[in-house]
Amino acid sequence: MEETIVIGIADFKLAKAPVTLVTYALGSCVGISIYDERAKIGGLAHIMLPYSSMMQHHGPESRLKFADTGIADMLDALLHRGASKSALRAKIAGGANMFKSSATSSLSAVGMQNVESVRTTLRNLEIPIIAEDTGRDYGRTVYVDMNNGEMRIRSLGNNILVL
Amino acid sequence: MIKTLSDINEVHLDVLREIGNIGAGNAAMSLSVLLNENVHIALSEVHIESFENVISHLGGPEKQVVTVVVNFYGDANGVVFFILSLEDADRITDILSSQTFSEEVGEEMKLSAIMEIGNILGYSFLGSIATLTGMEIKVDVPHVSRDMIGAIMADPIAIYGASDNKVMFVEESFRSDFSNLYSHVILFAEMDTLNQIMHRLGL
Repeated sequence: MEETIVIGIADFKLAKAPVTLVTYALGSCVGISIYDERAKIGGLAHIMLPYSSMMQHHGPESRLKFADTGIADMLDALLHRGASKSALRAKIAGGANMFKSSATSSLSAVGMQNVESVRTTLRNLEIPIIAEDTGRDYGRTVYVDMNNGEMRIRSLGNNILVL
Repeated sequence: MIKTLSDINEVHLDVLREIGNIGAGNAAMSLSVLLNENVHIALSEVHIESFENVISHLGGPEKQVVTVVVNFYGDANGVVFFILSLEDADRITDILSSQTFSEEVGEEMKLSAIMEIGNILGYSFLGSIATLTGMEIKVDVPHVSRDMIGAIMADPIAIYGASDNKVMFVEESFRSDFSNLYSHVILFAEMDTLNQIMHRLGL
């Protein structure tokens, strides 16, 4: 059994092969894997809200809650650890709408907004998204294997999806 | 005036616990009628927890649950979650269906029975808060999900924890006498709603 590192809510971690990164039970949150296949180094972030500008004041530890600042911080850390910018590829999962039938609910739009913000942020940072499994109405646990960048997605009642 | 979680003092916590107790008492009575057995409530608790701790408090991110979500709005804004383990969700529908149906019921029917229970509990819980405070509280059509608790809690944590790195919730727990069913009810509310409650109660 290879080493597994768990990423909590509003956090990211970096790792090299042969480690597997995992984040559990993404609902409206989005898991973002950024991986350098040549250096076999990558990171997995678990963000919960779309834009840091939503909040007027937030401490440095809050940066990882938001897609824009969280992804930017993970990219900086990856480059610092020796990943090369041009080799980086992203895969994303999550952003579900867990309460789709409650149309008037304040709870209904977070997932979609998170996915939008993740896509925009990655586009601005010029990191291509090569695979994604987002939306729908169920939770996802995401594993990313640093040997090859493979993302495995586990959800209730579905087969494991490999991206 | 409560603006952030750090403004919450002992008096506020007492009021919230008391409101929780009254709401839970009322909801327990409804549940007891539905199940046709005694239902006990634990004293309500107010938690202010980090996001990770909320999830681990509820059994860890991948714990499978059946949850009814009741969104409320009007003078008070927030959401109530009625949470059952898969086993208890099955047993509760078995109890209800043995009273109502003669034949085995499907998954769809079970979820809709659970939704109905959640709806009744949500109404009785929020109704007693409305009566106590004189607030007008409206309730959305409830939603039922069967999924991992971490995924279900992501939205309320994101919304009610957006301006902080912690989130506050009021928790009630119920246990039925005979069939030993256990369930949690968890309530999240906006800061403005807390101010409204304090204001209405003259605090």
